[in-house]
Amino acid sequence: MATSNQLKRVDFIFRNENDWEKILSSTLERKPQELINELISSELKGRGGAGFPTGLKWKLTAESKEKEKYVICNADEGEPGTFKDREILSRVPYKVLTAMAICGYITGAKKGYIYLRGEYKFLLPELNKVIDEFEYYCKETNLDFKISIFMGSGAYICGEETALMESMEGKRGEPRNKPPFPTQAGFMGKPTVINNVETLVHTFTIFKYGAKKFYDLGVQYSRGTKLFSVSGDTPKPGIYELELGMSLQDFVYEFGDGDTKAVQVGGASGFLVPRKKFKDAAIGFKGKLTGISLPTGGSMMLFNSSRSMFNVLDNYLEFFREESCGQCTPCRVGCQQLLLGIKAVKRGEKPASYLDKLLRLTETMQYTAKCGLGQSVANSFSSIVENFREEMIY
Amino acid sequence: MDPIQTLVKNLAEKHGRSRESVLPILQGVVEQEKFLSERSMIEIAREIDIPAADVYGTATFYSFLETKPTGQFIIRVCKTITCAMKGKNQILFAIEDMLKIGLGETTPDKQFTLLETNCLGWCHKAPAMLINDEIYTELTPEKVREILSGYMKVNANH
Repeated sequence: MATSNQLKRVDFIFRNENDWEKILSSTLERKPQELINELISSELKGRGGAGFPTGLKWKLTAESKEKEKYVICNADEGEPGTFKDREILSRVPYKVLTAMAICGYITGAKKGYIYLRGEYKFLLPELNKVIDEFEYYCKETNLDFKISIFMGSGAYICGEETALMESMEGKRGEPRNKPPFPTQAGFMGKPTVINNVETLVHTFTIFKYGAKKFYDLGVQYSRGTKLFSVSGDTPKPGIYELELGMSLQDFVYEFGDGDTKAVQVGGASGFLVPRKKFKDAAIGFKGKLTGISLPTGGSMMLFNSSRSMFNVLDNYLEFFREESCGQCTPCRVGCQQLLLGIKAVKRGEKPASYLDKLLRLTETMQYTAKCGLGQSVANSFSSIVENFREEMIY
Repeated sequence: MDPIQTLVKNLAEKHGRSRESVLPILQGVVEQEKFLSERSMIEIAREIDIPAADVYGTATFYSFLETKPTGQFIIRVCKTITCAMKGKNQILFAIEDMLKIGLGETTPDKQFTLLETNCLGWCHKAPAMLINDEIYTELTPEKVREILSGYMKVNANH
């Protein structure tokens, strides 16, 4: 993966296509099994960050004998540095709805929900209008599928799929133990497909243009395109659809301000890559033999040399400390102690070697925390402390 | 029936009386009352027949469900990394200076409450803030003062 790929701009997601009715009706004429096979052969992986194969998720839910099933669109976009899902929902919402209905047809679900984060409440009037139109069309064509919006209320952890379901059930948004996975027992204990907004739109692309078109983009193990939310020290912040597998070096050539010191890939729960490692790092899912592969929900934050990495880490840890749901001890206490720890080292109250103790703590959290939040604190913590140790101390 | 009871009853009629309606009902009360009083949470618990502690537990989990009295307009300034790098503090100072309140406080006329919040998802247009559900981006101290005077004017006319 160290070989350099040019950045390849693509335009599928935001391409304005007014043919969703046609795509929906022609897709619904095909057999569910055929559609699942098409999705599996596209090798689409979840675009929320975790990268679970989408076709497999739909297949597992479709295979369940339960009568009641659900489709949920996860629009609780809370990862620092991501803002693509809002853009999708405001520019091409009908693609999301179409994909949800197709998923309902394949899996046998009759009910779909969009879990929208409270911060995006201003999208509600417009989105409800599109849903009304969509439901009217479903009624006309005798398609038994209903979609409603469920509003979040400002909790990052509710982006975790099982926490999201707890929240929809009227409880505190605390992640559940897995297994059982949502495909077996999700919302209300029923089989549930839960996909990120962007993942659903990619399935629209796949059903419209065919799996091959999607598969031909990107690189091995990381097929297709991805939306990247670019922010920080860059002359052109915004949302860009790019082929997966690009090298970070090329990314920085394109988006850097000429003085890029480090890039945070995947938001606060992702990895910080320092300048000297740009050329070895590629953006895509794991599975490559050489170099570093960085999976991402699409958050790319650039920092130039005027930024203190201590402040960056301090900001992340404060974020995690506040957003930890408090359910499991490693994450609740771990996040607090990491924040106190780096401050103590900075003030000189603890020796520099204390950082190594904190690194071991993040390792413990990685193994023992219940969900992705506590497990992934180690990513940004270790990548910042190991690469910018001197900035943590002095 | 007093206003809270009526409000909760209406919301329960609209969203249903099952556990899944707790969050929509809580959000409905906040929309109307700006915050959740102990009274309103007990009323919700009674209406859908679950322990009040469960309603309280759910309510206090979510940062947008206030359980303390707030002003008419809740200002939430994003403090996550990109907004912090792009001048969040100057925005805060401008607001504090203009409204004469500190972080977490409400103006004496009960119009504005100033809070910080985590990533609002506008990093490409940082710094950003929410006033109730309205979003404001690419803020500068001047722009913030203009926005706030707009809100103050509307209020004065009421």
